[in-house]
Amino acid sequence: MRWTGRSLRRFEDPALVRGLGRFVADVADQHRGTLHAAFVRSPVPAGEIRSIEAPPGAPVLTAESFPGIRTMCARLDRPDFVALETPVLASDAVRHPGEPVALVVAGSRAEAEDLAEQVVVDIEATRPVLDATAATDPDAPTVHAGLDMPMGNNVVLDARFATEGLEAAFEEADEIVALDIRAHRQNALPIEARGALAAHDRGTGRTTLTAANQMPHMLRTALADILDIGEAELRVVTPEVGGAFGQKMCVPREYVALVAAARLLGATIAWIEDRSENLLASWHSRDHSYLLRGAFNRSGMLLGLDADIVCNIGAYSNYPVTFGVEPLMAMAELPGPYRLSQYRVRSRAVTTNMCPIAPYRGVSRPVLTLAMERLMDTAARRLDLDPVEIRRANLVSEFPYSMPTGLPVDPGSYVETLDAAVEALDLEGFRRRQQQAAAEGRYLGVGFSVFGERTGYGTPAFAARAMEITPGYETVQLEMNPSGDVTARIGASPHGQGLATALSQLLADELGVEPRQVAVVHGDTDTTPYGWGTFASRSMVIAGGAAKLAAERLAAQLREIAAHHLEASPDDIRLEDGSAVVAGTSVGVTLPEIARIAHHSSHLLPAPMEPGLSVSATYDPGGTFSNACHAAVVEVDPDTGHVRLERFVVIADAGLEVNPMIVEGQIHGGVTQGIANALYEELVTDDDGNLLTASLMDFLPPTVCEVPLIEVTHVQTITDASITGAKGVGEGGAIGAPAAVLNAISDALSPLGIEVDEMPATPSRVRELIRRAQSTTTGGPT
Amino acid sequence: MSQRRVELTLTVNGQRYEAAVEPRKTLADTLREDCGLTGTHLGCEHGVCGACTVLVDDEPVRSCLMFAVQCGSQAIRTVEGLADGDRLHPIQQAFWEHHGLQCGFCTPGFLMLATSVLESRPDIGDEELREVLASNLCRCTGYQNIITSVHAARDQMRS
Repeated sequence: MRWTGRSLRRFEDPALVRGLGRFVADVADQHRGTLHAAFVRSPVPAGEIRSIEAPPGAPVLTAESFPGIRTMCARLDRPDFVALETPVLASDAVRHPGEPVALVVAGSRAEAEDLAEQVVVDIEATRPVLDATAATDPDAPTVHAGLDMPMGNNVVLDARFATEGLEAAFEEADEIVALDIRAHRQNALPIEARGALAAHDRGTGRTTLTAANQMPHMLRTALADILDIGEAELRVVTPEVGGAFGQKMCVPREYVALVAAARLLGATIAWIEDRSENLLASWHSRDHSYLLRGAFNRSGMLLGLDADIVCNIGAYSNYPVTFGVEPLMAMAELPGPYRLSQYRVRSRAVTTNMCPIAPYRGVSRPVLTLAMERLMDTAARRLDLDPVEIRRANLVSEFPYSMPTGLPVDPGSYVETLDAAVEALDLEGFRRRQQQAAAEGRYLGVGFSVFGERTGYGTPAFAARAMEITPGYETVQLEMNPSGDVTARIGASPHGQGLATALSQLLADELGVEPRQVAVVHGDTDTTPYGWGTFASRSMVIAGGAAKLAAERLAAQLREIAAHHLEASPDDIRLEDGSAVVAGTSVGVTLPEIARIAHHSSHLLPAPMEPGLSVSATYDPGGTFSNACHAAVVEVDPDTGHVRLERFVVIADAGLEVNPMIVEGQIHGGVTQGIANALYEELVTDDDGNLLTASLMDFLPPTVCEVPLIEVTHVQTITDASITGAKGVGEGGAIGAPAAVLNAISDALSPLGIEVDEMPATPSRVRELIRRAQSTTTGGPT
Repeated sequence: MSQRRVELTLTVNGQRYEAAVEPRKTLADTLREDCGLTGTHLGCEHGVCGACTVLVDDEPVRSCLMFAVQCGSQAIRTVEGLADGDRLHPIQQAFWEHHGLQCGFCTPGFLMLATSVLESRPDIGDEELREVLASNLCRCTGYQNIITSVHAARDQMRS
């Protein structure tokens, strides 16, 4: 392999550093005559719409303006699932703050916003329900009145699983550890908020939606279904996308309304979301609670696990993956990399008058990892065991392993990464330093987090969730041009991951060309094969796998032409350095010569080969697990509750690393979001449902000063679960970091008997725990 | 409500741009819409994220918090003015070589912020530099390679 494994500089970057990348707002601003839309939104979490009054003559569009439009509704085919329909624009009821009620179109964004402020929406506010547990009370308001809720008030999914010996495992236990884990509501917060530009061409009757989005093909299908128009009339383009992290995966109501408006008015209309809209009503994330009980024996072996999971999914379902992704992923993957035979879980989705939830980097796994890792540390403290030893005793080390839910885990390096983290930290040295610090009244702590990241899963995994719209495969179309350069058209839709560079490295090795000769085309439904886009740490595994399969086909064709031309056997032909050569000789023909023959002298091709050099391949794997161990060292200021991160160590195993620089960048970014989730970021709502963190003055992503040096060590376990050997890595950083940080804080505060089970562990929460602990021990407040 | 427009001339990257803008129009929107310079991005529009950072008389400013009518005579520099033809500025080159960007949306703001500080204080120490870079937000890189990139550019620009 000449190119795979090298930290090649990215082909994406020169345009971006010159300010020449074209993001959706750039496309809109460069297009002359663009109209701008602003949305009129509900100021209250719940109510009945009485009337919508617009200033006379103002171009205000409401649900009534679009009589043919359907509701958005993605389904799971399960008896314990209640489908929730989302209107594109609310017409009778509003169910969450910021819900779109109307859109206003004007010549500029400022004018559209001015007009939107003059639209009077008369809403009779009703009592909202904001908390998931409160919402299940029979006396709580019903968010979707009139909908049959057989599993309980506002309960829209109630999934259960149990092994037979669970009760016996708990009876046998020497120690039962119960935890109440809370992950509060957060926002993925891409620095580019959402946005789209809908351009209707009255000549062709086609509409092009240029959008900040991760799934362009799915978006096109959704638009056709919801608007009841032919899919051939639509084109979706995803230009440069300024970060997404899941927030640009699901279909926004705003994009659907924008396309409908552009078609109605025969115009080009942009909607560029502002930050307050984004924080209020884009998609929220997390908001899970786990009641967890672990049964352990005296030596720390986990005998049984019992969990009750509740996910507050907000007022509506996302589309297409549904709200089911949150509780079902939590349920399926909770045991993580720990050997376990007895497992019982109940996992519910509850609808409330909060903004709907959509996947955010890691989806349920940052929280389920937090739950399991807090369980291990708490059990270790109760049983007087070392947190490293209790993990070593329980971690999977023999493969293939099957989780109690039947989920197969392919070979990984769970124990090895833990051991490497212990060494990287110099744990013994740290413990000495911790004791010295304690003598000075300082609180230092270390926390570990060992986890598997299920990645690169195709259709079978999504089908197991009984999804009506079942994502999974990816297709790559590969063409060698007459000049010998290569065009790869992919259904994946990268937005910052550097996939074009990494794929070009992989293809260059397969085809014997230079990476710069490979153009990767993505993000345009007119020019790329149908695919599912970029999410769930899947692109290098699945699009990479499809690229490898396509390259093998193209290479076979190149070898066959070369063999015919050189009067040799195709088996003896090697593709290297831009030529096809007979192995062990200097006899060969260049790839441009072969390409010219295939395209321009096709009569010279071996019969019955067709002209041209164009192949296609699809890959649809069952999935793999990358894994890592994170370790955090913190110092907690007991007077302020402030947590300072001193070190953050990552031992990461993402399988084969096609471009190690890109892999490391993904880990850096993921860990930083995990730290942010663990310590800083929270969407806070008052009792009336008003968002109190609607700006970046209040919702607090970390700056460079809050993030320590992230020390990454790479391990590569190659398994046959992925044909390239690559395992996904996009989410792992965000999955592991919260648990490491909260374990470290708990370790630091262990002299006070404090366990931190709630994230984010903001200074006020940490102070409250300290205050309570001190009032318990001293008998009075401090 | 739309307002009376004011005619003004902006000097951006050494070029003069004539524009007629409402007094309420921000410098960021004017650069993007009236000058066609869309490299300056808007991440929050309330002065926190720093994506829209440009240099006004070599000082970094949030162009979402400044009105275009406030900068009649000053020299404005944006990301489009950093490279010399096809030759990248050392800060651009460093971001490319050290993977200082992923999605690239916040990058123009970081490049302008870093350019300003490295031009005015070529010998700035690591800790102070970190504090300056804390002016802006990035969601992709975890800042690790932004720091590496700016250190590399500092060394390059000193030599």
